[in-house]
Amino acid sequence: MKFLFALFSAVLIAGSASAQELAPDVLIKNVTNEVLDIVRKDKDIQSGNTRKAIELVEAKVLPHFNFTRMTQLALARDWRQANAAQQKALTDEFRTLLVRTYSKALTEYKNQSIDFRPFSAKPGETDVRVRTEIKQSGAGKNIELDYFLEKSGTAWKVYDIEVGGISLVTNYRESFASEVRNNGIDGLVKSLQAKNKSGEAASVKK
Amino acid sequence: MFAFNEGLDSAIVKPVAKGYEAVLPSPIRTGVTNFFANIDDLFIGVNNLLQGKIPQAFNDFGRVAINSTIGLLGVLDVASEAGLEKHEEDFGQTFGRWGVGNGAYVVIPVFGPRTARDTVGLVLDVAADPVANHRPKRTRDVALVIRTISDRANLLPADKVVEEAALDKYSYMRDAYLQRRRNLIHDGNPPRDVEASADIEPLAPLASPAEAVSEPRASVSGAPILALQADSTVVTSQ
Repeated sequence: MKFLFALFSAVLIAGSASAQELAPDVLIKNVTNEVLDIVRKDKDIQSGNTRKAIELVEAKVLPHFNFTRMTQLALARDWRQANAAQQKALTDEFRTLLVRTYSKALTEYKNQSIDFRPFSAKPGETDVRVRTEIKQSGAGKNIELDYFLEKSGTAWKVYDIEVGGISLVTNYRESFASEVRNNGIDGLVKSLQAKNKSGEAASVKK
Repeated sequence: MFAFNEGLDSAIVKPVAKGYEAVLPSPIRTGVTNFFANIDDLFIGVNNLLQGKIPQAFNDFGRVAINSTIGLLGVLDVASEAGLEKHEEDFGQTFGRWGVGNGAYVVIPVFGPRTARDTVGLVLDVAADPVANHRPKRTRDVALVIRTISDRANLLPADKVVEEAALDKYSYMRDAYLQRRRNLIHDGNPPRDVEASADIEPLAPLASPAEAVSEPRASVSGAPILALQADSTVVTSQ
């Protein structure tokens, strides 16, 4: 009978290998459902344990995000001013900030259901938007939650998220630009580090 | 003015909203939200009419008719369950739809971030607001207070996320407000900002608003008005 289990595992592994070539809307749907299933069962995350939410996001969500691209978009033209080391530092710090923000949002999740809007992409397209909607309980307007994905190689990677039309990435553009203007690229790295440190301290306290 | 609002919020409004959330069970809070949302639907319908979106307007008036009756004066949102979707419209959006640009970005006492256009819209929103026009004044005041607390309580989760996210809260709120309004005016389908999707090399117009906000903290120290031609950064893609 053991061979059956082995066969089953082989199929599973094959399945996850081909997950790389998932269509972008299927990818978003799978990840969303998987993550929310976990959150629904996890009392710690529901009661505001950001640390645990961060672990979940790092394991399940991070692999599908392209943080270099996100940082590039948030920095706009200042990106080119930064040398390779600075670009790496910026990307690392921005990743930490976004992951914590996203994780915090997960701890606020209250069983709202997610609607996946119809998706169609032309063949050969490498830049798409997948639309979802968070249904509010009561007479709240639904909140649009859109993912922007780019195809790099065979895998689709998210490079921007819009919540109700507010981009989590480009919303930083003006504050990053003014920080760079006043204190240079290193100044921005420093203020991101400071922000992440205070966020870290706050989540430890909880 | 931003600092004033933040102070007012953290000293009074937010603690009261937290107490409200702690004391009342969620179905009751939802009922309160629904009750005021139903009243709002009337002028949401009027604004949809003014924007020429006739089917949406009928949807909104239908919501009021159903929720005010079967929905027990709006406490239950039966219309949403029947497939009549909730919309979000106001006079500021109507002006935007008519082609009026943002104008300067301002932070108004109590009401918070607005553009010049939305400030004019706000004046009309308040003038038309059935709750603010309700008499006797005593019931009106009670209703206004409850609505404010209920609205604020609904924002508590968003609050925590903003605290987590914002490097500089003032500019984070400003840019989020501007993006949100742009999205609302286009009913969720604004033309995609070209340099957001195409290239890191920004287009020429980006330089001007960036200059205009060279001192984002200025308003905290007292200057409430900040010129920001957000519309100039908007370039239609394709």
